[in-house]
Amino acid sequence: MPAAAHSASAPHESPVTQGTFRRAVVVGGNRIPFARTGGAYTKSSNQDMLTAALDGLIARFGLQEERIGEVAAGAVLKHSRDFNLTREAVLGSALSAETPAYDLQQACATGLETVLGLANKIKLGQIDSAIAGGVDSASDAPIAVSEGLREVLLDLNRAKSLPERLKVLSRLRPKDLAPDAPNTGEPRTGLSMGEHQALTTAQWKISREAQDEIAFNSHHNLAAAYERGFFDDLVTPYRGLSRDSNLRPDTSMEKLATLKPVFGKSLGAEATMTAGNSTPLTDGASTVLLGTEEWADARGLPKLAVVVDGEAAAVDFVHGKDGLLMAPAFAVPRLLARNGLSFEDIDFFEIHEAFAGTVLSTLAAWEDEEFGRTRLGLDGAFGKIDRAKLNVNGSSLAAGHPFAATGGRIVASLAKMLHDNGPVDGRPARGLISICAAGGQGVVAILEAYSAPEGR
Amino acid sequence: MTDKYTQFVSHGIGKDLAKKLGLPQPAVLRRYKAGEPLVPGPVLVLGSGNGRTAGSDELAAALVGWGLDVRRSALPKEKLGAIILVLDAVEHPEELAGPVLTAAPSLRDLAPGARVVTISRTSASAANPAVAAGRQGVDGLLRSLAKELRAGATANGVLLGDGAGTTSPSTLGALRFFLSGRAAFVDGQFLTVTSGAGQLPADADKPLAGKVAVVTGAARGIGAAIARTLHRDGARLVVVDIPAAGDHLAAVANEVHGTALQLDITSEDAGKRIIDHAVERHGGLDIVIHNAGITRDKLLANMDEGRWNSVIGVNIASQLRINEALLGSDQLNKTPRIVSVASTSGIAGNRGQTNYAASKGGVIGMVRATAPLLAERGGSINAVAPGFIETDMTARIPFATREVARRLNSLQQGGLPGDVAEAIAFLASDAAAGITGEVLRVCGQNLVGA
Ligand SMILES: NC(=O)c1ccc[n+]([C@@H]2O[C@H](COP(=O)([O-])OP(=O)(O)OC[C@H]3O[C@@H](n4cnc5c(N)ncnc54)[C@H](O)[C@@H]3O)[C@@H](O)[C@H]2O)c1
Repeated sequence: MPAAAHSASAPHESPVTQGTFRRAVVVGGNRIPFARTGGAYTKSSNQDMLTAALDGLIARFGLQEERIGEVAAGAVLKHSRDFNLTREAVLGSALSAETPAYDLQQACATGLETVLGLANKIKLGQIDSAIAGGVDSASDAPIAVSEGLREVLLDLNRAKSLPERLKVLSRLRPKDLAPDAPNTGEPRTGLSMGEHQALTTAQWKISREAQDEIAFNSHHNLAAAYERGFFDDLVTPYRGLSRDSNLRPDTSMEKLATLKPVFGKSLGAEATMTAGNSTPLTDGASTVLLGTEEWADARGLPKLAVVVDGEAAAVDFVHGKDGLLMAPAFAVPRLLARNGLSFEDIDFFEIHEAFAGTVLSTLAAWEDEEFGRTRLGLDGAFGKIDRAKLNVNGSSLAAGHPFAATGGRIVASLAKMLHDNGPVDGRPARGLISICAAGGQGVVAILEAYSAPEGR
Repeated sequence: MTDKYTQFVSHGIGKDLAKKLGLPQPAVLRRYKAGEPLVPGPVLVLGSGNGRTAGSDELAAALVGWGLDVRRSALPKEKLGAIILVLDAVEHPEELAGPVLTAAPSLRDLAPGARVVTISRTSASAANPAVAAGRQGVDGLLRSLAKELRAGATANGVLLGDGAGTTSPSTLGALRFFLSGRAAFVDGQFLTVTSGAGQLPADADKPLAGKVAVVTGAARGIGAAIARTLHRDGARLVVVDIPAAGDHLAAVANEVHGTALQLDITSEDAGKRIIDHAVERHGGLDIVIHNAGITRDKLLANMDEGRWNSVIGVNIASQLRINEALLGSDQLNKTPRIVSVASTSGIAGNRGQTNYAASKGGVIGMVRATAPLLAERGGSINAVAPGFIETDMTARIPFATREVARRLNSLQQGGLPGDVAEAIAFLASDAAAGITGEVLRVCGQNLVGA
């Protein structure tokens, strides 16, 4: 349909009619505790951690030797030797070796995108079960050799004689020997993610106090959830850790206020982003078990929630049109419109806390008349969310954020919250997930508590 | 795995050295392996009187039915796999002489890992003093004989209550257990059969086929061994341990193809969560093994509230609460079986373990009182009291104390987690349905608590 591809699709033209597809159900999830980089998982590879998260999931749901329809996972910081990371993890796990797997990578949205992609395959009838996941290690990150050394090494390999080899080697300069460590810098702007967000935070005039409050709530909500036993069937300990090592249950607004800004220092007095209201580099892995209702029923497995729909968006941050991490501000209105929903219809908001400033800038954009009119094409502001429904069991500021593992963490936790919550006004509880990602991207999704279809 | 000392003194120079120095020479025990013969040679069955009684004849016929090579009198110099003394008809201490003295010369002809088993009636049910004396005499006889046997041979007894005979299902079940390698570390002990309930398994190697079993404290040690043994015997498993032990628990669950339930058994709703999990995931619940336990040793003079309360809380209060939920549930399958892990410390006491022994004594009391409650629904409950078992728990004991502790029993070695697991698997099986409210020690006939 080349013609249609250029026209903006209005909601009523959407070919998506939910009822005609099978439902993709979230059965449950498992993750290992997230560890601050350089901590408990320093010696663990992505494959180690993903395998551990898978094995915990298999143990929780009795999936030993089970042939799962497909497993998809990924990592943002990936060694070239990990070209088949997910399949290798499956082979090292207790699953049937006949379980196929593929790697996926969409920066910090990797985890959520694996859930959406696999859920779509389930809905279409291509597979009956799936495991989505993600892993990242900033401790065991790949280090690339410099471009100069790389060229020399490749030429050396091609050189045929000893004199030729010596000639190639003579091109080496000391600076070529410095390794190229990975960073979160944007290739097109050279700015780090934090510096980008600092600009956005300032643009939306987000106060330091408001950001610290988001961080404070994140730590206290996550700590309370652990105390309540909420994570007893979501997390399996790993390497001596049984809770996220970044969690500070006793943090206070006063303590957060003492921290010095680390991003946007060039803004002077307006610098508001500290190590307390920004997520630290973290190592960890997460998994989510998906299936059809029949697949779950046949195994006596829980049916926590249904993956309703998802949407991706991207912004032109390169030319400064929007902030680097603002894509969800566009994705969410499109997703809700397509599903005929507004903020009033959402009972849980899971907005990934890359930085407290990201969450607040996104909320500010939705509450802004001008943004609503000029950027979203609406009559006014998109809407305001009830803060009491935001990240009620904590989010990335407290748990940490091993890039590709965050989506799985959120999906599994939200599915459990929706299930535990019970119906709202006679309809199943509903949750919204919003995840920003490098490259100016964002992926968002709607989950709904599972309820048996009419007549069953 | 036997301990290093036992390995050393079992072969070559080690064996010679130990002999010369008069050191303990523990034998490598005969443990169960699927496909191996039940006993390591022919079985001599002796009744009282002239050696032939109705009870002994029926029993001998049953053993022939199992394919065993049964003798009613010993052949000179033939190595025997087992001697079974059927003493159910004994009505006076003087009647013991016949079978006991007939068996005596054959004791020299026992094969390594052989078994002596007595079958007699409980003295408690005898009103006549002479009858009671004859029956109780078996107790002293058996326990002493167990101490005389060598080379991994053991002696144990089956006691028959009024409702049981020599070929009741659980008599045969208990006998089979004692004869087999499953009872390798059970020595000098009795099991009482009180009813004719139960049935022997269709497949002796899969006595728990089709059963759903929950094991608490299964992340390591004895609990992990119980999970493996129940899995081997055909059960489907739910393994439970505290969330902080979840990684080890997951490894066990994946090994035994079960499901892991991260749960602190002291939590208020533990019973409900266990039942819900078993019913939702496995369609029912047949067997619960209360194994999770902790020690917080201190002389009572130095005891604090934390140490005392945590031990009572984990080791017995949690079991009481979970059992209440089990008894109140209508979701258990027919003939539910519960087995609790007690300890010889709860029977004989241990210095520094007032809290632990109180909790384990509590387990024994609880098991006795719960038996009639479960009987109403065709179920049973028993306790297993391990002696010195080689686990992380006992590896923390200082070396010298540990070395003494593991030799202080008739088998001169510590037991393995699998030995405890075998006793539990038997008591969890339908072959043990006629046994309830009992405590079986798995201690190699430890001097303490024996
Ligand atoms: N090892 C011995 O020699 C010996 C002797 C007699 C009795 N026992 C008994 O055998 C049982 C197992 O002992 P072991 O040596 O394997 O000990 P262990 O310490 O190796 O294992 C005990 C397990 O129970 C778990 N556990 C503790 N508290 C729990 C709770 N509140 N909820 C859920 N799980 C919990 C632990 O995490 C651990 O995995 C205990 O009841 C112990 O008292 C052991």
